[in-house]
Amino acid sequence: MNRHLISAGDLAKDDALLILDTAEELASVSERSIKKLPTLRGRTVVNLFFEDSTRTRISFEAAAKRLSADVINFSAKGSSVSKGESLKDTALTLEAMGADAVVIRHGSSGAPHRLATWVHGSVVNAGDGTHEHPTQALLDAFSMRRRLGGLEGRKVTIVGDVLHSRVARSNVLLLHTLGAEVTLVAPPTLLPVSVGSWPCEVSYDLDAVLPKSDVVMMLRVQKERMNAAYFPSEREYSRRYGLDRDRFAKMPDDAIVMHPGPMNRGMEIAAEVADSARSTIVEQVANGVTIRMAVLYLLLGGESA
Amino acid sequence: MKIRNVRILGGEPVDIRIADGVIAEIGPGLEGGEVVDGGGAIALPGLVDLHTHLREPGREDAETVQTGTQSAARGGYTAVHAMANTSPVADTAGVVEQVWRLGREFGHCDVHPVGAVTVGLEGRQLAELGAMADSAARVRVFSDDGKCVDDAVLMRRALEYVKAFDGVVAQHAQEPRLTAGAQMNEGVVSGRLGLTGWPAVAEEAVIARDCLLAAHVGSRLHVCHVSTAGSVEIIRWAKSKGWNITAEVTPHHLLLTDDLVEESPVGAYNPIYKVNPPLRTRADVEALRAALADGTIDIVATDHAPHPVEDKETEWSAAAMGMIGLETALSVVQEAMVETGLLDWAGVAERMSAVPARIGRLAGQGRPLEAGSPANITLYDPSARTEVDPWAYASKSRNTPYEGMTLPGRVVATFLRGRPTVLEGKLV
Repeated sequence: MNRHLISAGDLAKDDALLILDTAEELASVSERSIKKLPTLRGRTVVNLFFEDSTRTRISFEAAAKRLSADVINFSAKGSSVSKGESLKDTALTLEAMGADAVVIRHGSSGAPHRLATWVHGSVVNAGDGTHEHPTQALLDAFSMRRRLGGLEGRKVTIVGDVLHSRVARSNVLLLHTLGAEVTLVAPPTLLPVSVGSWPCEVSYDLDAVLPKSDVVMMLRVQKERMNAAYFPSEREYSRRYGLDRDRFAKMPDDAIVMHPGPMNRGMEIAAEVADSARSTIVEQVANGVTIRMAVLYLLLGGESA
Repeated sequence: MKIRNVRILGGEPVDIRIADGVIAEIGPGLEGGEVVDGGGAIALPGLVDLHTHLREPGREDAETVQTGTQSAARGGYTAVHAMANTSPVADTAGVVEQVWRLGREFGHCDVHPVGAVTVGLEGRQLAELGAMADSAARVRVFSDDGKCVDDAVLMRRALEYVKAFDGVVAQHAQEPRLTAGAQMNEGVVSGRLGLTGWPAVAEEAVIARDCLLAAHVGSRLHVCHVSTAGSVEIIRWAKSKGWNITAEVTPHHLLLTDDLVEESPVGAYNPIYKVNPPLRTRADVEALRAALADGTIDIVATDHAPHPVEDKETEWSAAAMGMIGLETALSVVQEAMVETGLLDWAGVAERMSAVPARIGRLAGQGRPLEAGSPANITLYDPSARTEVDPWAYASKSRNTPYEGMTLPGRVVATFLRGRPTVLEGKLV
């Protein structure tokens, strides 16, 4: 394993499987009445969040605390950052405080790469701009594996705003590493022009792809995108690319539905699909804590405290 | 004064005798006078840069006329054109005269201010182009560089208007709507990195329009920092029509590619590689080199763009765009064009001295090294190999993309009208 987890593409197959297997072992901790291990006692994990993301932050916070790490939450809002302090100065401050790991969420693609050049601790990317969100991909893979068994040869369809999605980028890289076959489905405006160079298939036709899918992952689509002419209207988007009841019926009986959240119910996914027994959406949240425990455990646990 | 043992454009060793700032005599074994030993260096006519950001007035923390012209002299330049995007903008006779006077005062090289095309670079109203042309600075090159004159009517009028004083509009070709929030070349790398793309078509569409406009009104047009293979094709076509169009390429677009943003010795997403127009692909680099060799692209211009450390030591999207380049230009051109066999030293002199002087209408610059020419001379040792150390430069800023690379060649000496501004690689 690398010292950092910045891109899902940095994970070799063995690394990825080690994280998933470790998470499987740690999952039992979450089922105990006392959900705590002493592994990271005395280690400090900083949650450095430059964007509001309560779900991701509390997931990392819970993961670190279950491993007995000390957790410092650093929100950029109302702090020195909003007064113009640079990312570098923030990094040096955290360094001086002795952070063993920094979990960073930032609106600028590549911010975790830059951070990693300024701090000695491990950097965990909790979402950077429109680049990557590797722990989301790991928890998605973990959720798929639990439902489907293995990932080798499984057909995963990812639908929505791929162009702006860090979830899609990380998932394509990780699922490819793990041997799954990924198909991206989106209107052409919401795919990068270079998507043909990615290790996946691409389609504009959701109905054609659904019957062949083991997993259908719906991405959040921001309604504001239509103001920049990515699509004409919410209704048209929903008609062509939304997972409604009729489309859900076209999926194989054992196929599952995923969504990284937060959802636009009625836009990219119908409420009854999101709430169906074949939806993993709530499990994904629980699995998020487990997978982040595994990541922190493997990045930090190997060193002496 | 006599410069002994130099090889003009790489030819046979000769001596050059200078009197009253003018080349008096050239030949082997000349007699007498104070002697500077050329040590067999190549002698080129003093280099002329059509595209330099000196940052003064307004951003003296990044560069000043003094440090910028020192940097130019160290790079072998005897004249630079100072871009207009200062603060205040160089859009009046007062500002251009101030920059011009500062250049004269320090005397490291000639400074020719570029005038803004529109008031405040805002693209709404023509600046007083005639007043700048008639000022002591005698402005002939006009540009909103950093911004594109994207309004077709305004561009047409500017092209027409400057004909009255033999001026030229130098366009920064960038369609603004196609490049809103753009961070790097749109392609394979931007898609993987999740950075907003700057598509080639945003440059090419404006160049095509401007060539057609220039042809329609019979004006000359200069295209700044051409960066794509498609732009080369359009310019080649426009020139084949006989239209009066010139174009420049920067040293960095002749050498560097966009995959450095993803993978480089200085780490991924390092804004040292953030520049506008962005670094493109290997295919673009090859097309630009071929175009510079065959004359489709007329000149090399540095787009020397100094920025203080804090404007580059940030996350990618927050960083300033631009690279310094005056002190590495000749070395990069040697690496990209001479070592590859695409240009000889006569070709380099043409593209880095004679033609830029002609485009800028500088009578006393870019003249061939022969008796009677002003003694603007650059001595260059192409056999040297130097690891790039940003701290070794005269520029106030350190934002060079070549840090750690080993580049060929070294400017040994620079003479401005017979007076050395650099000797043995050091400022005089």
